[in-house]
Amino acid sequence: MTRSELVTQLMQLHPLLSQREAELVVDIVFGEISRAMQRGQRIELRGFGVFSTRLRAPRQARNPKTGEKLLLSHRKVPFFRIGKELKQRLNSKQSKSALKS
Amino acid sequence: MKKKQPQQATLTRADLSQAVFYQLGFSRVEAIRLVDDIFELITKSIAKGQDVKLSGFATFLIKSKKTRLGRNPKTGEAVSIAPRKVLSFRPSALLKKQMNLI
Repeated sequence: MTRSELVTQLMQLHPLLSQREAELVVDIVFGEISRAMQRGQRIELRGFGVFSTRLRAPRQARNPKTGEKLLLSHRKVPFFRIGKELKQRLNSKQSKSALKS
Repeated sequence: MKKKQPQQATLTRADLSQAVFYQLGFSRVEAIRLVDDIFELITKSIAKGQDVKLSGFATFLIKSKKTRLGRNPKTGEAVSIAPRKVLSFRPSALLKKQMNLI
């Protein structure tokens, strides 16, 4: 599923919503999550999961193309931990058939 | 590697629907339903075994794990771990960049 498919499906559930509005809702929701993570906040969505950030230690890296050394300082990386319900639904019977693919 | 951030206010669904309510002027009830439905649609797609790609945000990739032999760490006895699916969260380049502005 892509962002635009999500928008279409959301419109099917909410027939009074225009496409523009449905797009805005999706943008606002994921924009809020991004901004909260940027501030170092956690976003806890019961049954779905938790979005948070984790700190990566500084390290010396190399540009793989030029071989040039560069220092990567502390950085925050986005992190997601799956919720109980989503984990169960991912491994429920109805999704077992798709396991072979 | 697993250092926790200092504890700050945690956002919930309520905060997300609040943002929809303030920015779009739908009723509170409608804003709550919209936010719930977004995550329900994503959950349904994942339950079907279908990856979810949200450009500019992240991709939720479903990975299939094969059966493997594990060990009960308490008793040391070998147990086979059944094949299962795990969800991998792959943040977009944009999201990763946003985390480290300033």
